[in-house]
Amino acid sequence: MTVTGKPRGLLRNISDTNLLTSITVIVFLVMYLFAIFGLGEGFTKPQTLFNIMNANAALIILSCGLTLVMINGGIDISVGGVTALVGMCCAVHLDYHGGNVFTALLIALGIGLAFGLVQGYLIAYLEIQPFIVTLAGMFFARGMTTIVHNDPFNVEHKGFQALKDTRINVPGMGTYNRHGAYIDAYVEIGVIVALVIVVLMFLMLKWTRTGRSFYAVGGSRQSALMLGINVRRTTFLAHLLCGLLAGIGGFVYFMHVGSGSPSHASGEEMNAIASSIIGGTMLTGGVGNVIGTLFGVLALSLIKTIVSSIGLDQAWWKDITVAAMLCIFLVIQSITIAVRKRISASAVQKKSG
Amino acid sequence: MTAKSTRSGAGAFIAGLFRYQIMIPLAALLLLTVFNLILDPSFFSVSLAHNAAGNPVLNGNLISIIDNGSELAILAIGMTFVTAASGGQDISVGAGIAISGSVILRILCGTNPSPDSMQAPIIAAFLVGCLAAMACGAFNGALVAYFRLQPMVATLILFTAGRSIAAWVNNNQLPVVKEAEFTYFGGFIPGIPIPTPFLIALVCFAVTWAVLKFTNLGLYVQSVGINEKTSRLNGLNPALIKLGVYVILGLCVGVCGLIKVSRISSINYSVIAKDIEMDAILAVALGGNALSGGKFSMSASVLGAYVLQFLTTTLYKLNVQSTAISAYKAVVVIILVVCSAPAVREKLTRLTKKLRAGNASGSAA
Repeated sequence: MTVTGKPRGLLRNISDTNLLTSITVIVFLVMYLFAIFGLGEGFTKPQTLFNIMNANAALIILSCGLTLVMINGGIDISVGGVTALVGMCCAVHLDYHGGNVFTALLIALGIGLAFGLVQGYLIAYLEIQPFIVTLAGMFFARGMTTIVHNDPFNVEHKGFQALKDTRINVPGMGTYNRHGAYIDAYVEIGVIVALVIVVLMFLMLKWTRTGRSFYAVGGSRQSALMLGINVRRTTFLAHLLCGLLAGIGGFVYFMHVGSGSPSHASGEEMNAIASSIIGGTMLTGGVGNVIGTLFGVLALSLIKTIVSSIGLDQAWWKDITVAAMLCIFLVIQSITIAVRKRISASAVQKKSG
Repeated sequence: MTAKSTRSGAGAFIAGLFRYQIMIPLAALLLLTVFNLILDPSFFSVSLAHNAAGNPVLNGNLISIIDNGSELAILAIGMTFVTAASGGQDISVGAGIAISGSVILRILCGTNPSPDSMQAPIIAAFLVGCLAAMACGAFNGALVAYFRLQPMVATLILFTAGRSIAAWVNNNQLPVVKEAEFTYFGGFIPGIPIPTPFLIALVCFAVTWAVLKFTNLGLYVQSVGINEKTSRLNGLNPALIKLGVYVILGLCVGVCGLIKVSRISSINYSVIAKDIEMDAILAVALGGNALSGGKFSMSASVLGAYVLQFLTTTLYKLNVQSTAISAYKAVVVIILVVCSAPAVREKLTRLTKKLRAGNASGSAA
């Protein structure tokens, strides 16, 4: 997608959301091409991409929830804590209370729903700042995790082990190893769950009335109110869904790591926020897209993989690159929005003049 | 009749009191004090003891509160300015403390991680540490003021990278300062039984008070926070003021960095000042300041910080695990913000009015 032909016209016809999303997708593709041609070998195998997805399935789900809340103009920083709490509760339930996988899943959904309900009520109906409410939510979840069980441990439950090790082969994507044997490419169940959620969220945000009202409320509460949208209900719903997604994400995370620990998913809320921002969601609300978020997560972990594979393997380089990437994206967003505002303002002036 | 009038008089008095912002943290403080008095009056005992170096030091829970709460209170000063002017919070202060602490140790120790004597005077190291923290603040401030980013998003960058940069500064080594002189800032100065962090905090309060009293900074910050456009039309430069408050917060972070590394004479990059940004924001919120910017009360924020530390110490006293404390803190915070939420207050006043009306009609009948 080159914008050299008719940049003004093209840029004017594309919405903020689509523009920011396409920037992310292009950057991701460019980075991947760079990795394939510059670093070769590993990156030509589809499995490398699938591995990134396997490791980040939970993050994709959490980021979807955050994208929703951010489109609505709020923020949720409790998702990391909820993830850890869900993992710990499920682990204790499976190993110490003789539960089965199905009830563990119910527990995960219940915890997520409970957080969503309480936080949503406080934010939407009592009008307390989302940052403070979800900050307390994060503290509560982290504290509860250690109260439930203080030490990290691996889950031994048989049924869960089977579920954890289930691999879904992707046909036609496998590679031949050095001995000529065919190795199937695989993804974990979590990836399927994450992709289904991304598609569902995309359809909901794009085609349903509720989905559109999230954008309306995030863009301008006042206008949304005048349009007859139930602003409180919409905000409540956004946080409720985010909580529920945190519960699902927590279970997927738990399925990937197979253990419960108070230190699990620490900083995951900031990763999720960063992924959403890189994916083109703006914290001011009204702009964003889950497809962008998906690519945001992938771009974020791809850059980490690239950094470690070009030899900068000291621990600090990862964080510093991620931060630099976040910084560049934010500046690009800020400049794009400012330039577009100026263009549309001058267009309005021309029309009136 | 008289009883009723005095009651409504008392009600009006209490309602009037709560118009002062500082009443929110004061009420919380009172609640905690009464709770501790009922539970165990010895909580408040303060004794004079001698520490390992043979210097007289004060001992007791209250002393530990004003000692450990001081970093938080210093941060609360800067955070209040930032919150008021930019309507958002800086979440990179913990990372900033790691950076400034790391820089201070780098200057003091040079390239050798554990030298026998300090390589530079402490004051020089402190100044460079403050400069580093102020540079971080200026970076955040520039993103907020000139690129118009949400403060939380802009500071997310340093939040992610800060601790890694801190490790990078010292090449991931853990420098140790052996001289006792360096521990004074986080401990006790010989001959003075009051913990030094509290003294440093007092100096910071005094400076802040003087600045707010004798300059227009407070007014400017509030007007930018309340309405940026109007303040620009009135001849202020909102972007510069926003940048300025982030640099002020950077200075506060630098001071905290010195105290933090002085406490252990070393540094642990991933643990130092962990989650302190959340506590600092809570302190501002506890002080009854609107997190969306505008009017602020500095004394209420500072008191909020100490109340938060009071709560933490109380929980420790109740044998709560240090890792589980956050859960209890969250419950307290939720109760506080729910009570102070405008929507809830409105409902309560309506309820009391209804009750009063019911009473009045009952007495009339």
